Amino acid sequence: MSVSLALNVNGKPVTAEIDARTLLVEFLRNNLALTGTHVGCDTAQCGACTVHLDGQAVKACNVLALQANGRAVVTIEGLAAEDGALHPMQAAFRACHGLQCGFCTPGMVMSAIDLVNRHPNADEATIRAELEGNICRCTGYHNIVKAVRQGAAEMGR
Amino acid sequence: MGANDSTGIASAIGQPVLRKEDARFLTGTGQFTDDVTMTRQTHAYFLRSPHAHATIRAIDVKKAKAAPGVVGVFTGADLTGVNGLPCGWLITGTDGKPMNEPPHPVLAQGKVRYVGDAVAIVVAESIDQAKDAAEQIEVDYDVLASVVSSVDALKPGAPQIHEQAPGNRCYTWALGDKAAVDAAFAKAAHVTKLDLVNNRLVPNAIEPRAALASWNRADDAYTLYVTSQNPHVERLLMTAFVLGLPEHKVRVIAPDVGGGFGSKIYLYPEETAMVWASKRVNRPIKWAAERSESFLSDAHGRDHVTHAELALDKDGKFLALRVQTTANMGAYLSTFASCIPTILYATLLAGQYTTPAIHCEVTAVFTNTAPVDAYRGAGRPEATYVVERIVHQAAVETGIAQDELRRRNFIREFPYQTPVALNYDIGNYDQTLDAANEMADVAGFAARKAEAKQRGKLRGLGYASYIEACGLAPSNIAGALGARAGLFEAGEVRVHPTGSVTVFTGSHSHGQGHETTFAQVVAARLGVPVDNVDVVHGDTGRVPFGMGTYGSRSLSVGGTAIVKALDKIIAKGKKIAAHLLEAAESDIEFHDGKFTVAGTDRSKTFGEVALTAYVPHNYPLDKLEPGLNETAFYDPTNFTYPAGTHICEVEVDPETGVVQVVAFTASDDFGNIINPMIVEGQVHGGVAQGIGQALLEHCVYDTSSGQLLTGSMMDYALPRADDMPAFQVDTKVTPCTHNPLGAKGCGEAGAIGSPAALMNAVLDALAPVGVTHLDMPASPHRVWKAIRQARPNA
Repeated sequence: MSVSLALNVNGKPVTAEIDARTLLVEFLRNNLALTGTHVGCDTAQCGACTVHLDGQAVKACNVLALQANGRAVVTIEGLAAEDGALHPMQAAFRACHGLQCGFCTPGMVMSAIDLVNRHPNADEATIRAELEGNICRCTGYHNIVKAVRQGAAEMGR
Repeated sequence: MGANDSTGIASAIGQPVLRKEDARFLTGTGQFTDDVTMTRQTHAYFLRSPHAHATIRAIDVKKAKAAPGVVGVFTGADLTGVNGLPCGWLITGTDGKPMNEPPHPVLAQGKVRYVGDAVAIVVAESIDQAKDAAEQIEVDYDVLASVVSSVDALKPGAPQIHEQAPGNRCYTWALGDKAAVDAAFAKAAHVTKLDLVNNRLVPNAIEPRAALASWNRADDAYTLYVTSQNPHVERLLMTAFVLGLPEHKVRVIAPDVGGGFGSKIYLYPEETAMVWASKRVNRPIKWAAERSESFLSDAHGRDHVTHAELALDKDGKFLALRVQTTANMGAYLSTFASCIPTILYATLLAGQYTTPAIHCEVTAVFTNTAPVDAYRGAGRPEATYVVERIVHQAAVETGIAQDELRRRNFIREFPYQTPVALNYDIGNYDQTLDAANEMADVAGFAARKAEAKQRGKLRGLGYASYIEACGLAPSNIAGALGARAGLFEAGEVRVHPTGSVTVFTGSHSHGQGHETTFAQVVAARLGVPVDNVDVVHGDTGRVPFGMGTYGSRSLSVGGTAIVKALDKIIAKGKKIAAHLLEAAESDIEFHDGKFTVAGTDRSKTFGEVALTAYVPHNYPLDKLEPGLNETAFYDPTNFTYPAGTHICEVEVDPETGVVQVVAFTASDDFGNIINPMIVEGQVHGGVAQGIGQALLEHCVYDTSSGQLLTGSMMDYALPRADDMPAFQVDTKVTPCTHNPLGAKGCGEAGAIGSPAALMNAVLDALAPVGVTHLDMPASPHRVWKAIRQARPNA
């Protein structure tokens, strides 16, 4: 069944005709060619597909594109400023070597920003608990935790 | 350690230069295989066996072929002229015979041997159509009894998996002097015995395997994008051994790859079938594994069952080690499966110790499970687990302190010839043990244990002093031991007319940061900024050749190939500079990016020399070719031997069995370090995988049905952020003696030392309640059960 969809993605209005069963992650990757949002497990476990829906982190493999109708989606591609300046959380991940293969990174960064929005002064235990839904197989999380703390400090400035 | 954006020159070595590759990964502009799209692209779905073991009576694909959107359906019967997937290492058994090497068909031929075995490929306009069509394929299976455990598979009457492997045996192989070991045991003052299981793991790189295969009618050539750690090896095996295609007509590109940990080394059935099918359907074909397919069909790791015995004299000196291991190969031999529990395992059983006599016998067994191959560490974590668990147990039994028993047996003179074939070039094991003791505040442990006891918790401390052998080499020795491939690496340095540099390396980065580390090496040698050096990898169309990345070899072997090419660049540059400066070539020195006439201030910059090479107006054309582009191949003369000590501290809740890792300390010697930030990250990641193995991860097949019980991230416990402690890591340096970088490798060490350190810590914690044995993973249920069994009335 084909349905029409209108939403805002990374600050720009988007309209499309899609199959009603299209997942948000499929819509972003296949229809909009926003391939920064990754599919790691298809089952809402790994968090590689995390995007913001009306400012809240969601796993895009577990949301229908239709559920985003009339709402605002921000993906990893929408974080940096027009001039290329990185979002403080992106910059912190780089400065702290919070990424290796880079596959979980977009989801990790989107989750981290949401985490800091909700817990601006999160301590290490809170950060670790809040990142439970994002799996990284490369870093052992040590530098991710460091990056989130540094990113939080920069976001609070 | 302050990371920096340094574009510094001579200072590039040893600096935590921020990674060049991060810019694309942080902005969503990386290009992973599944991100690549081609026009007229189709989608593949693989129909897999739902049974662990069955004969295929018939397959009917008529309905599937007629289903909407279907472009092609192919089964094993269609693959005429296609060979099976090869194994890259021939092991010769104790009986003098080559290992049993049954065929590994690309798509099942008459039989399926594990749940997930590929039976058919369905190609359709969309992935949904391919899946729908696959449901229309009728496979008439005659289900057979199955066996999943290696020990059960060896029992008389066990289901027979391959005609070519009687008794399900692949080989029985041995290393070491059995008579010397028996003699040493006869005079031992103490013998420690241990039975160990090294649990089966699923690698779980977060990027699932994927491929995009296409064929071009105009030049009868193929292009394969694939999640591979070694695209040249993939191409060689696929073209020369399986499909019989001309190698130069197949281009393999491994673009950004989202983690490998060994699982992406191998030639798999999926991409092989896709390359073959892309010509049949004359359309590009895309496939990306769902996570459940990864669990079923990625090569798994470990799965050893071992009995070990250590003989000691009255002073705690090790006299001999005796090891018997049964290794699970799974249903077929994966690309390097056969050398993991032999060449990369038994050779490491000396550890850091002077044990004069060692004998190891390994039986490799086929079972109805996914193939097992190298997973981060590959044989060396299994060896370290045996050595460090039995040393721990021996210390407990003899009453000698853990660190003291290790020190009494450390190798201190190098080079050192072990009784299991390896020759350690250099090391300083006291240094890393002392550093680990200090960082972990072992002196304060007794107080922490007492404090924990007040809170009703059991605290324990465990050591692992590991050694590994990296940069597998040299090729001729490996060849004599059964390797069917070379073990060198290739590098090309292309200096552009303006003096900027592109480096082509045969090793592959899938998280390791080669684009930065290798650029630092080049920048330092040529005296140019790091930003002026780009590193290209992962494309057989651009890189001359390569064996790829595995076994912590990239810097020590791949980096050295680049250094050899740089040496040629500098040598040619000196000739050009000598001409320009009207001096003798022997008088030209090269430092800090300048060619200088010795003892004078007359010089030419690297950029001036580069420009002259490409605009050869004032140039010795009669003696020297223009251009500045050099290639080198490097075959190491020995392994490298990273080593160190890991100390784990845990707290166990005896009421729930929950083990918390409260501290993890690693002191490692990786030789010289180019980028300490990246090295620390590699250790963190390796340790996390080792803690995962020891605490959480466990791949389980149902013993009666052969079904994979841990087939999703909900059933298989991957480490998450709140399972991990913060790590304390530090490095000591004894430079490798036989490569110009003095580098040893750091990628696997974390996963090698940590499982033994963690289990030793858990057993130390549980000693007061009488628990003396526990297998990985130390899950709450297992720990709780062990405590209850040790103290039935508690």
